[in-house]
Amino acid sequence: MSKLISHTQAINNIESGMTIGIGGWGPRRKPMALIRELLRREVNDLTVISFGGADVGMLCAAGKVKKLVFAFVSLDFIPLEPYFRQARQKAEFEVMEIDEGLMVLGLRAAAMGVPFIPTEVGLGTDVIRYNKNIKLIDSPYDDAKEWVAMPALNLDVSLLHVDRADQRGVCQIKGPDHYMDDLFARAANTTIVSCDELVDTGFFHQNPEEARYVFWERSATNYIVHSAFGAHPSSCNPLYGIDVRLFKEYAASASREGGWEQYFNEYVLIDEAVYLEKVGGADAIRSLPLPIY
Amino acid sequence: MREEVLCNPLADLLICACSSVWDSDSEVLASGIGLIQRLAASLAMIKNPNLMMTDSEAFIVSEPVPVGRRNGYEPKRETWMGFSRIFDNVWSGKRHALVGPSQIDQFGQANISAIGDYEQPKVQMLGMRGFPGNSISHANSFFVPLHSKRVFVKGEVDTVCSIGYNPARLPKGYCLNDIDIRRIVTDLCVMDFEPECKKMRIVSLHPGVTIDEVQDNTGFDLIKPEGLRQTPEPALEQLTSISILDPDNLRINAVKAR
Repeated sequence: MSKLISHTQAINNIESGMTIGIGGWGPRRKPMALIRELLRREVNDLTVISFGGADVGMLCAAGKVKKLVFAFVSLDFIPLEPYFRQARQKAEFEVMEIDEGLMVLGLRAAAMGVPFIPTEVGLGTDVIRYNKNIKLIDSPYDDAKEWVAMPALNLDVSLLHVDRADQRGVCQIKGPDHYMDDLFARAANTTIVSCDELVDTGFFHQNPEEARYVFWERSATNYIVHSAFGAHPSSCNPLYGIDVRLFKEYAASASREGGWEQYFNEYVLIDEAVYLEKVGGADAIRSLPLPIY
Repeated sequence: MREEVLCNPLADLLICACSSVWDSDSEVLASGIGLIQRLAASLAMIKNPNLMMTDSEAFIVSEPVPVGRRNGYEPKRETWMGFSRIFDNVWSGKRHALVGPSQIDQFGQANISAIGDYEQPKVQMLGMRGFPGNSISHANSFFVPLHSKRVFVKGEVDTVCSIGYNPARLPKGYCLNDIDIRRIVTDLCVMDFEPECKKMRIVSLHPGVTIDEVQDNTGFDLIKPEGLRQTPEPALEQLTSISILDPDNLRINAVKAR
């Protein structure tokens, strides 16, 4: 069974008003080629759930976000994501701002098919003051404490990027961290995964190590998109690092009138192959240094 | 040719003062978020190898990783510690984080999310990150590089990202002692919370700083004990360790003397 589709076919699964989960973390292993395809579409009013970086910033800049579920939006070396910040300061979208760990629990609840997971996280803070959809409950057992009932974050579609995959949906992440991508894969009705390298299934048979870097079973993956350098300008450690130059250009564009339109025309509204040439080509991307934290 | 400045005594003093926040800890994850904080945690782990640290990416290391360029140094990785496992550690309580909030109030509630009206913030910052969970799950300390009324605000912080000693916000079934804010290190002084009344208290003043200077730069009343001691100057062995942990001298530009 082949799950292989094109970028265009992949984003055909996304309709206005849907809830979209995006994998990766800040400027790390974000499915940016899929995000660029989404940015080119007339799809709006999205609810976006992400450990956010430029994926969130670009969707905010393009006015596609109706509601953002977030704990942070950051490019790491540029701590404050400029377009997210601008849009938030203009109150352009609704927010559900929660703790990083609450996002983990919300995704896990969705993955488990339970309506909520009890936790102490958020008690005593503005998490429970501003998020009226997050309820407090008493324990049905003997403790006398109240608990935050973190609701399931059920997703229509998850967009993820991995190092390599076969066309059946076996996805490998060789970098140091798979972040919450396994939970995003399980929390969604439709999980779309772009991969830097498309491999034969035999790749995983070479030694058991290769299978150790597979963090969810293929039944949690609905579609595979072959997208060389599909995380660029975010990193896909160990294949390539962050494109600091392009992120700086992107961030600088936010302080200019019409800056987003210019960035959009130059780097988004073009064919993916043209994009890769424009940002320096395969060899240049492969030689982007891995970030040191 | 202008001579390159190669030392910043304030940075060294603050790193040492910050490192002492872990003095009473045993086998916990020492998380220092920010350059001064990370160097402080590193210094603490050299003194107390029972502490745990990460490479700031995805592994626990057996010794602190120097900041800046690695110059061939390979982190001594001993345990995988991706972000998902960090939350497992947070919820176990076996962690003490030293973080740098933008606002702190009299209750020790902290803000890194938004300044001004929450619906339409004047200044949107990072977002709450892990503050809500950290603050109710494990010990926390704060580092403030510029002690001012803009940081130590009157009333409450604009967005309450972390729980503090605020009776009005105390969850059902909790008491103030369930919250564990250890120390606040600023460029003027070291503070903590008086154990009984949970009000912020000066512990020591940095060399040359007066009680009035601290109070005048704080938006609420502090407890000012008699006979305050001076924050200890760094010991020679601490300075040696710091220079090894920060071979590129990144700390020189991390804080400015006022």
